[in-house]
Amino acid sequence: MTAAAQRVRGGNVAWMALPAFLMFLAFGVVPLLGVLALSFTTWNGIGEIVPSGTTSWRATLSDPGLPHALWVTFLIMALSWAVQTPMSILIGVFIAGRKRYREFLAVLFFIPLLLSSAAIAITYKSLLDPSFGLGSGLGIDALNQDWLGNATLAMATLIFIVSWQFIPFHSLIYQGAVRQIPTSMYEAAQIDGAGRWKQFWSITLPQLKYTIITSSTLMVVGSLTFFDLIYVLTAGGPGDATRALALLMYQQGFQANLMGPASAIAVILVLVGLVLSLVLRRLGGRADESQLEGA
Amino acid sequence: MNRRNFLGLGVGAGAAAALAACGSSGPSGGSSSGGSSGGGGAASYWSLSGPPGEPVRQAAIDRFNKANPDSKITPTFFQNDAYKQKIKTSLGANQGPTMIWGWGGGGLKEYVDSNLVEDLTGWLGENAAVKDKILASSFGAATVNGKIYALPVETVQPIVLFYNKKVFEKVGVQPPQSWGEIMALVPKFNAAKIAPFSLGGQSRWTNMMWLEFLLDRTAGSEVFDRVFAGEKDAWSDPAVLDMLTKIQDLVKANGFQKGFSSTTADSNADQALLYTGKAAMMLHGSWSYGIQVSNGGNFVKDGGLGWMNFPAVEGGKGDPSNTVGNPGQYLSISSKATAEAKDVAKKFFSTTLVDDDEKAGWVKSGGVPVLKNSESLFTGGDAQFLKDMAGIANGAKVFAQSWDQALSPTAAETLLDNIAKLFQLQVSPQQWVDSMNGVIGK
Repeated sequence: MTAAAQRVRGGNVAWMALPAFLMFLAFGVVPLLGVLALSFTTWNGIGEIVPSGTTSWRATLSDPGLPHALWVTFLIMALSWAVQTPMSILIGVFIAGRKRYREFLAVLFFIPLLLSSAAIAITYKSLLDPSFGLGSGLGIDALNQDWLGNATLAMATLIFIVSWQFIPFHSLIYQGAVRQIPTSMYEAAQIDGAGRWKQFWSITLPQLKYTIITSSTLMVVGSLTFFDLIYVLTAGGPGDATRALALLMYQQGFQANLMGPASAIAVILVLVGLVLSLVLRRLGGRADESQLEGA
Repeated sequence: MNRRNFLGLGVGAGAAAALAACGSSGPSGGSSSGGSSGGGGAASYWSLSGPPGEPVRQAAIDRFNKANPDSKITPTFFQNDAYKQKIKTSLGANQGPTMIWGWGGGGLKEYVDSNLVEDLTGWLGENAAVKDKILASSFGAATVNGKIYALPVETVQPIVLFYNKKVFEKVGVQPPQSWGEIMALVPKFNAAKIAPFSLGGQSRWTNMMWLEFLLDRTAGSEVFDRVFAGEKDAWSDPAVLDMLTKIQDLVKANGFQKGFSSTTADSNADQALLYTGKAAMMLHGSWSYGIQVSNGGNFVKDGGLGWMNFPAVEGGKGDPSNTVGNPGQYLSISSKATAEAKDVAKKFFSTTLVDDDEKAGWVKSGGVPVLKNSESLFTGGDAQFLKDMAGIANGAKVFAQSWDQALSPTAAETLLDNIAKLFQLQVSPQQWVDSMNGVIGK
């Protein structure tokens, strides 16, 4: 490393982070403190903001809607993780191969990544409509289920659409990670007589450990903030079957005009997110441990 | 300055610009329409976009601006749901318009409680001629604590039972005259693979219309009056349990189309079910007529659409002439506007909004105006519908305002939430009553 490069690494790095830090301060930290302050007030969104101590917190914590929304949130988180992770790893490993047809397929896989959540939700909602959707259009009765109007089916449909939307992104991460695994490890394994299956379990998967953690963190924390997709698809319904925390917050704040309790839910949402990402980081172990044992 | 520093500055400036842009979230259409800054004889007006209302609203403002060249009104139109958010945020930030369009009732009361709108009682007293031109029944939802805070404008919109005449002919049945006949029709339509009723259940207020009519027909309007007055345990009336059970019976008998709880009214999917003949009946606001005309092809022109007031319930105490809906739309004047802007608004209220062109414009759009003596204007293809709507609105012993508009937004949200769960069979009638009693007066 040259002396100049060393200087860039040391002194100038903090200065380069300044714009990002200022943005984070203005649009992340300041609103967060504002929400924390609002959670100790009573406000209908248009009138005066009245400090009211823990009234909003007591209302929020005693609302049976809160544990239900937490349950729905964790269910969406767990199920979408369990569906997305194996699929993404498999697709990532597949498209990491340097063959022409795989690269062509990789391009196709990424199409959902180009679409906005709202567009995806509107499209699926129309396709799944029991009266005017795909099922009645093609006359296939099996497709003519009450996809978004039945509590269990609505949750399953939601997980499917979330996975459809985000698997391409995580596959992209895994593709990059697989391509970084030194080929010498596979060559050594081949000499030792390990087959493709054995190579996948003993080399690829352990080598992807940090990628799995990164991708899982993104999935888990990301699933906390699902709003647009659920709002357009089911609006939290039927009943409250898909009302996750973010939707409960919106409902309380902008439909019931209860900004205090809505802010309290927002604080809970932030805390859950922070705890989850800390736990996932811990799971990752020390960042400087070697990954090349046995190579 | 080296290149890197320069780039850093650039990003910083971008952030500052983004911050500044967030500060000015004013209207997109008007130029100087901030309520607090609309001086110099200019006033701003916010309302809903889209037909059939927007062209009539725009025409009224054009008429006023032409007649009053030195006092301009600047309109801005928003989509329904966007407007509800926008008006709340801008009023909270003192950036609201001079004239605030609304639905009256609980939403208006919230503005009154925050001192955001002018008391018009005195002004209407001095201008009795203006008040006399408007249907008296429309003033109820404009009145808070005995004082009038808004001018009823535009149209009277009762909720009626629409039906597809062709489907009734095909199945060989007659429109229902009672609740018993409704329940008897349900299996007949289901057997013919036609949904008895179309319902945009995801929108929730659509489900509420069923409760409004069933409670009124079984018990009269007094039960909800007690809820509205904030009386303790007002929902604990046997008639309420009876009404809720009837609704769940209808749901269990597959009275609504498959997937009704994921159908939205905003997309007019519920309307489409009726004119495509996939559903036989639909309980909806009178504005549906305009949608059926414009989206249904020749459906209305060929006489396919029928309508009637909601039928009686056997043994019910309610007057079958009663109706529910929007007794009008409402324009308030911002208390934060300048004196000049308020004067412009009042001039608009007392001249253009009550003139004959205004009346004719709303009739032409397919609505019954809140202005008196509009019957002579009902001509052409829509005449029968308009006559019937005026008949229902004027003949109603009680024209109740929709519950979600009458109640405060907080109580309305709990109501809609519980109604959605009721239709989902997620709560029993008794559970429904218990949770609704918990928010009375809130």
